[in-house]
Amino acid sequence: MSPALIAALPFLGAALPSILIRTGRNNAAAVAALFTGLALLGLLLNLPTVLAGGVVETKIDWLPWLGLNVNFWIDGLGMLFATLILGIGLLIILYARYYLSNRDPVGQFYTYLLLFQGAMVGIVLSDNILLLLIFWELTSLSSFLLIGYWKHLPEGRQGARMALTVTGMGGLSMIAGMLILGHIAGSYDISEILKHKDAIQASPYYIPALLLILGGAFTKSAQFPFHFWLPHAMAAPTPVSAYLHSATMVKAGLFLMARMWPVLSGTPEWFYIVASVGLFTMFIAALIAIFKHDMKALLAFSTVSHLGLITFMLGLGTEAGALAAVFHIINHATFKAALFMSAGIVDHETGTRDLTRISGLRKLMPITFTIATIAALSMAGIPFFNGFLSKEMMLEAAAHTSWLNNDWLIPAMATLAALFSATYAFRFITHAFFGPVSEDLPKKPHDPNFGMWLSPGFLVVLVLAIGLFPMAVAGPYVQMATNAVVGGGYHMHPLKIWHGVTPALIMSAIAVIGGIIFLGAHAPLQKIWDKTPRPEAKAIFDWIIDKAQALAAFITQGLHTGSMARYLMLFTVASVAAGLYAFSTGTIGAPTRELTPVNGAAIAAWILLLTAALSIVAFHHNRILALVMIGIVGLIVSISFIFLSAPDLALTQISVEVVTAVLMLLALNFLPKVTKTESSRMKLGFDAGLAIVAGVAVTGLIYALMTRDFAFPTMSGYMLDNSYNLAGGDNVVNVILVDFRGYDTYGEVTVLGIAALVIFALTEALLQGASSRKLIAWRPDVARGGDKHPLMLLIVTRVMMPIALVVGLYIFLRGHNQPGGGFIAGLVVAIALVTQYMASGFAWTQARQKVYYHVLIAAGVLVAGITGAGAFFNDMPFLTSDFGYVKLPGLEKFELATAAGFDLGVFLGVVGSVMLALGGLSRLARRAAMGEQGGEDGAHIAAEKPEARVLAPLAAGPYPPEAKVPRRWWKTARAAPEATQAERDTIHENKKTNGGDH
Amino acid sequence: MELLVASAIGVLTAAGIYMILRLRSFPVVVGMSLLSYAVNVFLFATGRLVINQPPILRDGVTSYTDPIPQALVLTAIVISFGMTAVVVMLALGAFIEASNDRIDLDGEEDGQ
Repeated sequence: MSPALIAALPFLGAALPSILIRTGRNNAAAVAALFTGLALLGLLLNLPTVLAGGVVETKIDWLPWLGLNVNFWIDGLGMLFATLILGIGLLIILYARYYLSNRDPVGQFYTYLLLFQGAMVGIVLSDNILLLLIFWELTSLSSFLLIGYWKHLPEGRQGARMALTVTGMGGLSMIAGMLILGHIAGSYDISEILKHKDAIQASPYYIPALLLILGGAFTKSAQFPFHFWLPHAMAAPTPVSAYLHSATMVKAGLFLMARMWPVLSGTPEWFYIVASVGLFTMFIAALIAIFKHDMKALLAFSTVSHLGLITFMLGLGTEAGALAAVFHIINHATFKAALFMSAGIVDHETGTRDLTRISGLRKLMPITFTIATIAALSMAGIPFFNGFLSKEMMLEAAAHTSWLNNDWLIPAMATLAALFSATYAFRFITHAFFGPVSEDLPKKPHDPNFGMWLSPGFLVVLVLAIGLFPMAVAGPYVQMATNAVVGGGYHMHPLKIWHGVTPALIMSAIAVIGGIIFLGAHAPLQKIWDKTPRPEAKAIFDWIIDKAQALAAFITQGLHTGSMARYLMLFTVASVAAGLYAFSTGTIGAPTRELTPVNGAAIAAWILLLTAALSIVAFHHNRILALVMIGIVGLIVSISFIFLSAPDLALTQISVEVVTAVLMLLALNFLPKVTKTESSRMKLGFDAGLAIVAGVAVTGLIYALMTRDFAFPTMSGYMLDNSYNLAGGDNVVNVILVDFRGYDTYGEVTVLGIAALVIFALTEALLQGASSRKLIAWRPDVARGGDKHPLMLLIVTRVMMPIALVVGLYIFLRGHNQPGGGFIAGLVVAIALVTQYMASGFAWTQARQKVYYHVLIAAGVLVAGITGAGAFFNDMPFLTSDFGYVKLPGLEKFELATAAGFDLGVFLGVVGSVMLALGGLSRLARRAAMGEQGGEDGAHIAAEKPEARVLAPLAAGPYPPEAKVPRRWWKTARAAPEATQAERDTIHENKKTNGGDH
Repeated sequence: MELLVASAIGVLTAAGIYMILRLRSFPVVVGMSLLSYAVNVFLFATGRLVINQPPILRDGVTSYTDPIPQALVLTAIVISFGMTAVVVMLALGAFIEASNDRIDLDGEEDGQ
């Protein structure tokens, strides 16, 4: 199977568990297991090739000019890690099925798990560091979701945040390092980078790149001083701890160091940074682990310690070190995942993980005891278990390593770390499983069912098998992966249990015996430990976060004072300043165009426009007057468009003027009619000055533009030449809209629809709760006309309606060849509909409305989209249009263009959006009218639609049985839940307290 | 003609900027409308002014005005309406919720 497909499979399956959870937990787990199993199978099909030293590759160009290609490869190292990830993933899926309770959102769990798994497989199979970075960040994100899976636990949320912060910061540092590395090597493909060891290590950027990349690796693999997030991540469910925080994700950092080992290692810098950090982490974390009472915390620090061990081995830069690292990665994954699962079983069965509370479980849970003991003995480094073998390798390597010419420091620390490790492993077993049977447990413990111990059981079989027959069971894998780490040409000595009496064996013996002694002295040691003051990592972390937040708040609040006038002022000042700078530093050529002649009409229009604009400024305190003046400006602009050869613009502008005026009037219905002067004279003067400077600047800019020819030939020539030939239309503006630049138009209609939906949502929010009561209590502040629906207006609009619709149709149809088209036709039809609302009232019109405006918007976007997609059938790109001429008997020859279908979508979208927007405002007005009506009429008004009543029966109040309800609402209206008497009373109270006096 | 159009754009811009610097929502909406006019005409004018040469293909006519700015401005006009509608709705919602139509968070609230 192709490596790309292997990495993609978990992602492909990720959505399924969340869907299938409706059919039960078994199906969700089964589908997760199916996709994991398929990926594992596909991976193992490649095993013979990789074992033979081959590499399986998939190369897909994605953004080649950035060096970002979807290149996957399976080499020995990737094969080892992918097997661990997918294999342990399968076991975890099985375990989690029984571990999670049926109150947990299990489908979500498996979805997150598969996302994480896909990201991990992506990391280890990537042959491109940029691609690897993407997967790297994905593991941080998906592990965030998994750690915080129990959203109700504050520790879970805090732990998730901490993990994301630390690993996310590390990820950022790694991105920088990787970019430097890729820059040095001249390629972002890993297989290519690995060939440039000398160039990279000779580069002056080697140290920065190394430090930055190690920043990513150390944070991910919880190396000191970034180790603190891992224990806090243990708030996650145990399957997550077992999977992410012991077997896979925390090993991503190790993977990265192993991956880059051929080019980065071997220098003193590498040795002193990586080996020292690894050794110290191994030592300190093992020490802390001894004194943890929580089984998972103990295991967490033990994990940090073992990660330190592997880092230490990689840091040595020798082949022996690489071998020990690879072998320990395998061994640690098996025994530690088994231990975590055992701890999970204990937690699940007893209700606690506190080593001071549980004891004597050996008799109650013999199976769990057996599994945990085998795994723990392996962790302690006892012969015949796999942990012993790799620990021996580590001690052997440590025994021959000197640090700054000091020969005993490293062996001593390594021995001590091994000793601590044996101590906590023994403690884990003796405190939990031996001693008297504890009585006061939250639950009565017994061994779990088969499904739950099968996974750890399988792992400890591996522990034993590798421990007893290392060469037969793990040999080929270790050889294959080590060969990949050291960059090829590696031949491993057979893995053996007995090497004779070596320094390592003596150190190992010291560690085990010392471990037993320490275990015996645990109680007094614990007392000393508890009294020793230690820096608390979480407190330091929280302090840093607090300070960072305070700094961010200081900066943000300094800039964002909440004064919009100030933002706008600063924005204007900045724009003007930028313009002035450009103007004063640039050069400007001589005018090249003749001025167009002026006539009297133009001057008259100019005077009107200026007068209107200045009147707005002068008299804007009278808001209605300002609205009238705005109308004048709009009219003049429309007329100017006609004069300046833009008939389509003129038609659009004038129809938009009408709907805008209606919109503003609807808003002014509520808003105060007068603006008081609030600013000081100085501010007014400053604003006026700023506005004048900006106006002069804009005038100068556009005048300079208009009096010069285009610097380059424009695209317009192409459009004019091809409008008829390619798109079959004479109206070039319309052809550009529906054809040449159809994608833009498609986006714009969608945006318009979204704007209308936003308005709808705002209306819905305002029609509920406190604002609804305010609306009901609202009283008009200006006198109303005596006749709500004047008869003349009513008749005229109803007669006009069909005519207006025909005009709309005509404008729509001729749009391709004459001024017109979907936009303008949509606006005209919307105006025709709006006049009905104005003349006959909202209720009358609403009752006759057959199609909801949402549906029109959706239909518009869909029709336009489907028309565009129709081009696919002709093997053309999206929105390519076609046209032809049709002759029907009795009619002249006429043209049919697919662009008309697209224009129809535009038309529907515009009608729906305009009507939905205006309708929202009218609904507010109607809710306000409810207070005037009162009683059952008021309730009827408030109801608006039966559907709204079902959604908010309390706000709307019930329909009285005798109320007049439109026939087509009957079914829903009668089915609406009856409000209780108490609820009716509440509404009545609200009305009274909000000023209703009737 | 160029001078008239340029100065008109300038006056619309200046009036629009002055209005959006006010402290109440309605003048700001009016100011944004004025700015929309200014910007639309500005964009249109970047295609240079041409009289009596609409971009409708006719036999025998060879010179036309620039259709691209027109197409851009046409959608801009419609989108401006959408934007104005959203802003008006926001202003109205804020007014109903807060019982005053100030646009700033600072300073003492009045109109309660």
